[in-house]
Amino acid sequence: MRYDDVLDAIGNTPIVGMPRMSPKAGVRLWAKLEGQNPTGSTKDRIAKAMVEAAEASGELTKDKTILEPTSGNTGIALAMVARRKGYKLTVVIPDNASEERIRLLELFGAEIVFSPGDKGTNGSIDVARRLARDDRYYMPFQYGNPANPLAHETGTGEEIVRDLPEVTHFVAGLGTGGTLTGVGRRLHRHDPEVKVIAAEPELGDLVYGLRSLDEGFVPPILDESVLDRKFLVNASDSLRATRELTEKEAIFAGISSGAVIHVAQRIAAELEQAEIVCLLPDGGWKYLSTQAWAPELERAEKGVGESLWW
Amino acid sequence: MPVQVKLPTILRKHAGGEPRVDAEGATLRELLSDLETRYPGITKNVVTDDGGLHRFVNVYVNDEDVRYLGSLETAVREGDTVSILPAVAGG
Repeated sequence: MRYDDVLDAIGNTPIVGMPRMSPKAGVRLWAKLEGQNPTGSTKDRIAKAMVEAAEASGELTKDKTILEPTSGNTGIALAMVARRKGYKLTVVIPDNASEERIRLLELFGAEIVFSPGDKGTNGSIDVARRLARDDRYYMPFQYGNPANPLAHETGTGEEIVRDLPEVTHFVAGLGTGGTLTGVGRRLHRHDPEVKVIAAEPELGDLVYGLRSLDEGFVPPILDESVLDRKFLVNASDSLRATRELTEKEAIFAGISSGAVIHVAQRIAAELEQAEIVCLLPDGGWKYLSTQAWAPELERAEKGVGESLWW
Repeated sequence: MPVQVKLPTILRKHAGGEPRVDAEGATLRELLSDLETRYPGITKNVVTDDGGLHRFVNVYVNDEDVRYLGSLETAVREGDTVSILPAVAGG
């Protein structure tokens, strides 16, 4: 593989077997390692796609500053794309984001605006929407931008069909809904019987605490008709699966990957024969400071419980 | 036949501050109606006026979202756990 431009090195990530993670011999689990992208997450795909779509439509011009609410990965990916293309970037991120995320944003030259950690990413969305009223900003808004699911339909989904045409199930985390919607559409065109399954985080009282129920947020780009099932996964189960993945398969992935694996294992237990693709959105690097791999499980659970892992 | 319901912080004030309460019913709808009888106002932002599930609320039976099961007609059994949470974003 040889590319003239780092942006061309986005995508074409490997699919790797995880035979030791499956509860049954007939059910095969596969990991799509999105941590192999240039900034280490699947968000490189949508950052490039959203910026190039806005350039093509004329919404994004060189005098504008890109503005985006993010829990981290999309911000880091946009910071890389913005640096490469010569745009300024402002990200709005919860103030409990890990140290690594902040350093990565800074090294690509992003300006950082913090939103209250106890409001999670929903809080960042509120702050970014207010800032975006100033028209020197262009906000791609990953939660409502069709270039997000489209990048997964033509990229991620296409690669799965190419590399594992026998796929029967696809499991991914629900953050913006872009991965599930885009990959789900492509897989259903390939085989309408493929089941598309979402993993969702249970974020703990800290994040839900002050919020009334009607303050919930459902991303406009999420096409719920693509989903077959959706599961809630708590931090402790996600962490357990993330650690098991490192121990049994020597795959080093982020905490939300553990949530995806946990759901895949639950589904696998109900099946006899299946080819389950798990989308692992990022590598473990950005979570080292949370103590997620500390030898003592208790210390790891405490660290992850206090951090933003979705 | 009691089913345990996990309440988000915002709903606990209706149930004397308890994070978990027991409720009875064969379906989620019956269960929520039982809760409403005992703790008036608790399901106001969960069930809409026309009897559907509120758009920005997720309800799970044993951690599976009922929107992709039978919605409010989802069957519940003794020993099940029901969770009620606001929808959250990531990314």
